[in-house]
Amino acid sequence: MTFDPEKIAHEFPILARKVHGKPLVYLDSAASSQKPEAVIDAVSTYYRTIHANVHRGVHTLSEEATAAYEAARESVRGFLHAASPREVVFVRGTTEAINLVAQAWARPRLQPGDEVMISELEHHSNLVPWQMVCGQTGAKLVVAPIDARGEVIVEEYARRLGPRTRVVALAHVSNALGTVLPVAELVALAKRHGAVAVVDGAQAVPHMAVDVRALGCDFYAFSGHKMYGPTGIGALWGKLELLEAMEPWQGGGSMIHDVTFEKTEYARPPERFEAGTPDISGAVGLHAAIEWLSALDLDAVQRHESDLVAYASARLAEIPEVRLIGTARERAGLVSFVVGDVHAHDVGTILDGEGVAVRAGHHCAQPVMDHFDVPATARASFAVHNTRADVDSLVAGVRRVLEIFA
Amino acid sequence: MSDLRDLYQEVILDHTKHPRNFGPLGSATHRATGRNPLCGDQLVLMLDVHHDRVRDARFAGKGCAISTASASLLTEAVKGKTTAEVHSLFERFHDVVTAPADAKPDLEGLGKLAALAGVREFPMRVKCASLAWHTLEAALAGASEPVSTE
Repeated sequence: MTFDPEKIAHEFPILARKVHGKPLVYLDSAASSQKPEAVIDAVSTYYRTIHANVHRGVHTLSEEATAAYEAARESVRGFLHAASPREVVFVRGTTEAINLVAQAWARPRLQPGDEVMISELEHHSNLVPWQMVCGQTGAKLVVAPIDARGEVIVEEYARRLGPRTRVVALAHVSNALGTVLPVAELVALAKRHGAVAVVDGAQAVPHMAVDVRALGCDFYAFSGHKMYGPTGIGALWGKLELLEAMEPWQGGGSMIHDVTFEKTEYARPPERFEAGTPDISGAVGLHAAIEWLSALDLDAVQRHESDLVAYASARLAEIPEVRLIGTARERAGLVSFVVGDVHAHDVGTILDGEGVAVRAGHHCAQPVMDHFDVPATARASFAVHNTRADVDSLVAGVRRVLEIFA
Repeated sequence: MSDLRDLYQEVILDHTKHPRNFGPLGSATHRATGRNPLCGDQLVLMLDVHHDRVRDARFAGKGCAISTASASLLTEAVKGKTTAEVHSLFERFHDVVTAPADAKPDLEGLGKLAALAGVREFPMRVKCASLAWHTLEAALAGASEPVSTE
């Protein structure tokens, strides 16, 4: 099957709209991807035909809704190549998943003087939850530095590991720079010291096939909305023995086995971590997104998007005023750049005037901005529906920025 | 959206490239820091206020074209004014930049600040134009905490 982004673009209703009278060129999928018809229809059909609460009623709709919700869990298991659907906890997104691990796994286990290691390029959602749990426990946050290309310096990372390292939390792909981290290698190094490895997969799952068992990590988190699924749903995968050993972090319905006023016996994972009515339609939409994306062939997706990253980098590099931020040897899904001394927000506003949507800002990764000594960057991120023509529109927009600020 | 030239007028581009009253103010009696956490913009506003009148105003920091030009224009506009006149100018300015995009703004008495009226057509950028002014209010109020647009 040939990979045809223009044909794929027709499956996204929103891409037919115009912005400021110009055709929309959507280059902000790293913030949130657009949704194909298959996902929109799945959510709509769910509400039109089978909605009821899950794991509760004995009536037909509840049974069907429960089956749909659990089928979504099984699809996440397959998507991540995990061993069991019991290892898949539905959450609101990556942020909630990481907070869950920080509070339910790390908080009761960290001792004063223990260490939590992250990298310098983490999104705030894989930094602040660890900072918080360090504050709560007296553990220390250790940061593995990146080099001028935006790659984690493996030797420096290895040097900072030690007997006190209890948790290593790393992005699979940097949201600010697109750097693909050598996660399997970094996890293997952490495992020599017995650390638990948590991987933020938010920017990886839309772009590449992920096999959590091959990565060797203990937890893997991702969001549905960055991989063509709905907002408000994501998943945490965790090794079953770790999930089994964890106390719940929220109490309520669904997460119990037996309740009296004296004592509550908790349900097994994953229900133990899913208190309250979950986002059932979100899970159904995520299932549809996984099926839709998998049908495209993730290896073909990766090749297509690598081509766009390479093409965009080369075209932008032709403009002397443009400085690419992050030039890692392996990058996925995006290019980050600054245009002369024009602030990224001005770049973003002018590109928007041309119908080109990019992210402008610090990308919730202020330490990365500090590393490159820029307050913000413009970031163009790619999805399966983008083409080289979209990159050409971006480049034309950047030239317009330079005209206005000439 | 109307033409981007409504936003990036010559006056604004000029003040962005050549900010006026930029740098430290040794005689400052009031100062405040303003931050826009969404863009990472940060500026320090310094005022020399004597007998309730602004004798001098300068700013430092870095930001986008709109926030830099707004701060630069502000320092020019407030010099020589009483604090009451400054408050009143802030209110007029604020009304103009937050007016609905289709309303015709009353620009009388705003002088060069009128160049920023185009911001009202770009709701995401109103905070950029307002940052310096909120920082100014904080400086006059003697606030010790940095001002944030969030």
